[in-house]
Amino acid sequence: MLERHWTWHRVKEFLIEKCIYLSGVTSIVIVALIFIFLAKEGFALFKTVGVGEFLLGIKWYPISHPAQFGILPLIIGSLVVTIGATLIAVPIGVASAVYISEVASGKIKEVLKSGIEVLAAIPSVVLGFIGMMTLVPWVKAVFNLPTGLTAFSGALMLGFMAMPTIVSIAEDALNAVPKRYKEAALALGATRWQAIWRVVFPAASSGIVAAVMLGIGRVIGETMAVMMITGNAARIPTTIFEPVRTLTATIAAEMGETVRGSDHYSALFAIGIVLFIITFMINLIADIAVHHKAK
Amino acid sequence: MVDSCIKITIVDLSASYGAVCALKSLSLDVREGEILSVIGPSNSGKTTFLRCLNRFNDTNPHFSHRGMVTINGIDIYGNIDVEMLRKKVGMVFALPTVLPMSVWENAAYGLRRHGIRDERMIALSVENSLRAAYLWDEVKDRLEAAALNLSGGQQQRLCLARTLAVEPDIILYDEPCSGLDPISTAKIEEAMIHFKDKYTQILVTNNTKQAARVGNRTAFFLMGQMVELDATNKIFTSPSDQRTEDYISGRFG
Repeated sequence: MLERHWTWHRVKEFLIEKCIYLSGVTSIVIVALIFIFLAKEGFALFKTVGVGEFLLGIKWYPISHPAQFGILPLIIGSLVVTIGATLIAVPIGVASAVYISEVASGKIKEVLKSGIEVLAAIPSVVLGFIGMMTLVPWVKAVFNLPTGLTAFSGALMLGFMAMPTIVSIAEDALNAVPKRYKEAALALGATRWQAIWRVVFPAASSGIVAAVMLGIGRVIGETMAVMMITGNAARIPTTIFEPVRTLTATIAAEMGETVRGSDHYSALFAIGIVLFIITFMINLIADIAVHHKAK
Repeated sequence: MVDSCIKITIVDLSASYGAVCALKSLSLDVREGEILSVIGPSNSGKTTFLRCLNRFNDTNPHFSHRGMVTINGIDIYGNIDVEMLRKKVGMVFALPTVLPMSVWENAAYGLRRHGIRDERMIALSVENSLRAAYLWDEVKDRLEAAALNLSGGQQQRLCLARTLAVEPDIILYDEPCSGLDPISTAKIEEAMIHFKDKYTQILVTNNTKQAARVGNRTAFFLMGQMVELDATNKIFTSPSDQRTEDYISGRFG
């Protein structure tokens, strides 16, 4: 009576289980293969160029003789643009999330939410183009600069690009806070702002940290818009009103002109490894923040 | 009875959410220091009634009302400080709603929001209110622990303590024991009876036995109207309305 039989039901169960298992394994294997390929191509560079020379060298002349592969200007370029974009996007993004989730009512809320989603859906090359046509001349005129293609313009543009990510994830986190927390605070005579700031906000803090980190991740990985706006000069800038070149823009701009297997080719992959490590660290920090709060 | 004993006066109060009428021309007085139990089936307007007393319905954009509610002779729907009203008219919710912070900070939350900075005063008030809610002995060694780790009954007593800490005149209970075990329920009821005379208390409950145990007077609500209000003994032994008797004896609701 109770023996196991290979009924159709059981076969179906077996197949579904294996399919799910296979999909899971496939995604992990693909990630691993990408990483191995990246490492194999990138590490080839370090046979001719030292790691210190690569990371701390201040001259990026990949096609002169002898070629120099110092990526410090590129790292600084990426950092300046990213930090600038974060400083712009985080306060505005988190504040709009609070407004949408806690203050705005009915119609305004719907309009804002869909507006933010539309903003997130605009391809970065389009934003870059718009930025190049509007933002860059504006920066040039307002700050009286020789060129508007600066780190500042890039940071401003990327700040706008990171904002939808930050707003929508932070808003989800705020919405996930049980309404009764806020009610409890109000019932004790707290004002609406006190309830938001002292109760809702701390309760959502891990989600807000995750939102900020994902926003930063988006900024660091962004290529197209930043390549169009920041001027692409591989020099260490002295102010934010000078052109910079980021890690991502370097790979995108130069990959077409390298010879497969050359030092230049490997150097671009090595930049890829550096980018990978940076984004990995950001995700790690976000993860630690989220789990630390959850305890 | 002379007028000075009347704490809350409600005259012809109707309340609705959008097109849904939740309360129909309610008029009643609540006496100072009494426990008024409010019983009735779901959707009878009990919670709406309670939330009219600390203007908690204001948070619902569809809410509208007619009629008048006065506390100590002051029209609370007039031009008043709503935060001050909610401080004076405390509320304990059906589900324990401790905040995601320590036991101590939960009890001190209201005080801090009302601008009290003196830590000695806060400490004194926190201890007193935890004692009054019969919780002090259970939590005195873990005041820094997360309040969410307390048991349901302890959490609800912490909510009561938190309400007491801001020194209310009136305490509203919205089915405070609906999710609690019998022992925690007994402790809350004990606290309520202990508070008689000190606070004016209104208890909304689905548990008619609880209403009978703690209430001085009991009101029976049905479909947004108050059917009957009388001394608790009278309501539970010889109610004057047939519907009250049907509800109490469990024939509907």
